[in-house]
Amino acid sequence: MSSDGISLYPPTPAPAPASAMVPSEDAMEEAGVSLWQDAFRRLFKNRLAMGGFFFLVFLTLVCILTPWIAPYSFDQQNLQYTLQPPSWTHWMGTDVLGRDLFTRVLYGGRISMLVGILASIVSVIVGVVYGSVSGFIGGRTDNLMMRFVDILYALPFIFLVIILMVYFGRNIFLLFIALGLTQWLTMARIVRGQVISLKHKEFVQAAESMGVPAHSIIFRHLIPNSLGPVIVYLTLTVPSVILDEAFLSFLGLGVQAPMASWGTLISNGVEAMEVAPWLLIFPATLLSLSLFSLNFLGDGLRDALDPKGARD
Amino acid sequence: MSAPILEVKDLKAHFHTRRGIVKAVDGISFQVQPGETLGIVGESGSGKSVCQMSYLGLIPQPPLRIAGGEALFKGTDLLKARPSTMRQLRGNRISMIFQEPMTSLNPYLRIGSQLIEPLVLHCQKSKKEAWKIASEALAAVGISDPEAAMRAYPHEFSGGMRQRVMIAMALTTKPDVLIADEPTTALDVTVQAQILEILKKLQAQTGMAVIFITHDLGVVAGIADRVLVMYAGRLFEEGTTEHVFYRSHHPYTQALLRSTPRIDVTQGSLPAIGGLPPDLSRLTGGCPFYERCGQHKDVCANQFPKVYWPEPNHRSYCHLEEAV
Amino acid sequence: MGLRYLIGRIAVMVPVFLIVVTVVFAMIRFAPGGPFDTERQIPPDIMKNLNAKYHLDEPLWKQYFRYLNDLAHFDLGPSFKHSNRTVNEIIGDSLPVSAELGLISLVWALLIGITAGGLAALKPNTWSDYVPMSISILGICLPTFVIGPLLILVFGLWLRVLPVAGWNSWQDRILPSLTLGFAYAAYISRLMRGGLMEIRSQDYIRTARAKGLSEPKILVKHALRGGILPVVSFLGPALAGIITGALVTETIFNIPGLGRFFIESALNRDYTVVMGTALLYFTLIFVCNFLVDILYVFLDPRVKYE
Repeated sequence: MSSDGISLYPPTPAPAPASAMVPSEDAMEEAGVSLWQDAFRRLFKNRLAMGGFFFLVFLTLVCILTPWIAPYSFDQQNLQYTLQPPSWTHWMGTDVLGRDLFTRVLYGGRISMLVGILASIVSVIVGVVYGSVSGFIGGRTDNLMMRFVDILYALPFIFLVIILMVYFGRNIFLLFIALGLTQWLTMARIVRGQVISLKHKEFVQAAESMGVPAHSIIFRHLIPNSLGPVIVYLTLTVPSVILDEAFLSFLGLGVQAPMASWGTLISNGVEAMEVAPWLLIFPATLLSLSLFSLNFLGDGLRDALDPKGARD
Repeated sequence: MSAPILEVKDLKAHFHTRRGIVKAVDGISFQVQPGETLGIVGESGSGKSVCQMSYLGLIPQPPLRIAGGEALFKGTDLLKARPSTMRQLRGNRISMIFQEPMTSLNPYLRIGSQLIEPLVLHCQKSKKEAWKIASEALAAVGISDPEAAMRAYPHEFSGGMRQRVMIAMALTTKPDVLIADEPTTALDVTVQAQILEILKKLQAQTGMAVIFITHDLGVVAGIADRVLVMYAGRLFEEGTTEHVFYRSHHPYTQALLRSTPRIDVTQGSLPAIGGLPPDLSRLTGGCPFYERCGQHKDVCANQFPKVYWPEPNHRSYCHLEEAV
Repeated sequence: MGLRYLIGRIAVMVPVFLIVVTVVFAMIRFAPGGPFDTERQIPPDIMKNLNAKYHLDEPLWKQYFRYLNDLAHFDLGPSFKHSNRTVNEIIGDSLPVSAELGLISLVWALLIGITAGGLAALKPNTWSDYVPMSISILGICLPTFVIGPLLILVFGLWLRVLPVAGWNSWQDRILPSLTLGFAYAAYISRLMRGGLMEIRSQDYIRTARAKGLSEPKILVKHALRGGILPVVSFLGPALAGIITGALVTETIFNIPGLGRFFIESALNRDYTVVMGTALLYFTLIFVCNFLVDILYVFLDPRVKYE
């Protein structure tokens, strides 16, 4: 856990300075690779982050292997055995339609993770392009573009996503694009910060003086060198998106039946809470564990890369 | 001579860190008479600030630990006093001002609000009375329009002005001792002279003792009655200004004096003292200046020198004295 | 002075607000899949309402200004699904409920958060620091729709001490507001602790100690003014979060608030209610962010924006 107490996943719009995420370029040049090795060593020592990492690896494996692991199919109803508590045949019990909860939790995990990753990729693409262009152009345009980001920051994007769902139906592709668009703002800010600090480096000026066109500089030089903080923030974007998707599914505005993400399962669980608490407990626990793991890992990454280094 | 108002005997203050025990102050003894100005001179890291702050209770006790000694203020040992007693003394009978005027005032509160705190807290003045006394104090340190200054915020003032405010704030309670920790180091030379003038004037008016910490020999010469020379947590030499500046007996003091630029003499290159100060967590028990001293003897590496009195009221700690 | 900054903020917000309003108008009127999409079969009595309200045969610019005019009079139009109700009526019935829920939640969040953060900063790296900070991780990682059911399970079903649905007695207020406020209490406690710890190492705290002030006095008079600024900055996003979280909380606890009606309207595709409510929320957030900015300028005398 970080000692300053505020770095654990705040949603505040306070822009985290990009330079605080990654060791300065000069320091990295001097120390060669060892600064990254040092960061990884620090990360490995962080037990919470490592625990989170292994849990996520395990979870991802299980979700990938779901079609082979799952004992039943996710919509297989068995009306003889509705609302059964956990047993040997149904590890997590059954729901109101006799569907095996364990299977549904596994498939739900697949969907949650899929949406999480895809939406994050969308947010990275949009954010990186917007941020690098804004940072590279600089001046008034940059100012304007960032003011725009500032204003958008205050608006809860969930409403936009809900509105889109209302108008265009609950298409899963639309869902993850819309979710991705809720997260690009911070990414844009961070990339812009990186680009601005890189812009004045010699290799960029050399490229410019050789007549390399702007878009080439952005895509081949600036963006690859900004990847460090992008990756770190990605680990905070993914839980955010998974949370948003679960939120929408819980309210009935996310993935459509018969598909069910963890949010849907939790919603079903709440309805049946009094008679079948397992329907709530299992998916809620898994969602929580995943969120904890992602947060601890992300926090651990940020601590490990913090140039303020060793704190006594 | 009358009784000293402050008497520190063999003070040892160590920092316990993961890398080892840092002996920031390792056996310092001195006295301050009422009304006198004691200058404490030394490089960064010599322990001059830690020494004063340690017996005042301004350094948290871990990681600091007082390893020995006494600090007698009017007969009371501050090292054994309860925290509540210390709080009654601080800002009241013993005041301290610091090096960084830009950050030493609370930016979110008005100057007046901060200025009246010691008066209200220690002297039981009402806010109104304290406000009036504080305004007068601002005038005394040379701030024009004290009324407006009281209502202003610190960021509206320059470094020199803020330091004047700090001085005023330290003196409203008419303390017996003022400890000034490098008050002019962060200011530029003309402002420096003004601040020193103010201090001298106020000292003459109130009769308080002043402990003036600095690394600048020129400043010390102008303001101090007696001078203490510190190095690596130890005391090397002590005497009146005249003793230390004109008849120094310690190689370190002499080296310091040689390396000070002078207006009245044409110099070639300034002779600097070669080498670096020692690592305070790895002291051997010998003289800490051993490696940098041009005149060291074998015994200097293992044993810290005993005190030697070349003149009355002038002491020095160096093995070279013994040969004489 | 801070005044120039505030005027600057207003100057930027007005055009943005106008853009949002125009987009809302365009979406209601034109969006494919929207209420006036030609493929849609609209029941005649609703069509009558819509025509009367929106004058669909008039030229476009006239419709737009009519819309702006309506908004200026706080008229959000008729419901798309319920022919006898207007958006305003629906909002008017449910907004007070949500407002009350939001307010109580915010009070919980501030009370718990500031106290916990303050205590943690007073004695860092001891139990009074570790315990609240560990609990706050729960609040930060767990979503409202997990915390809510959890609290219901523990306090409502197993211990049976608190009611779990409805909005009638004062006891009904407790669980929902705690659920909603818990996450924000967690953030605020961390921000408070962080802010205070940052201040603690400042030189002017050393000055205060040198003046003989006691630790609690230093905390309250000197450290709090600066340390609370991160919390104040957070109030804007906290409000947006409470509005969003209320959607879930009202659903779980069966509270007749605006959030629940918003979700119902979304599921029913009642476009005018959805857009109108969203517009209301956006406006609220804009205004509150602006108020928070004013508060910040008031608290930090150094703020001078270009």
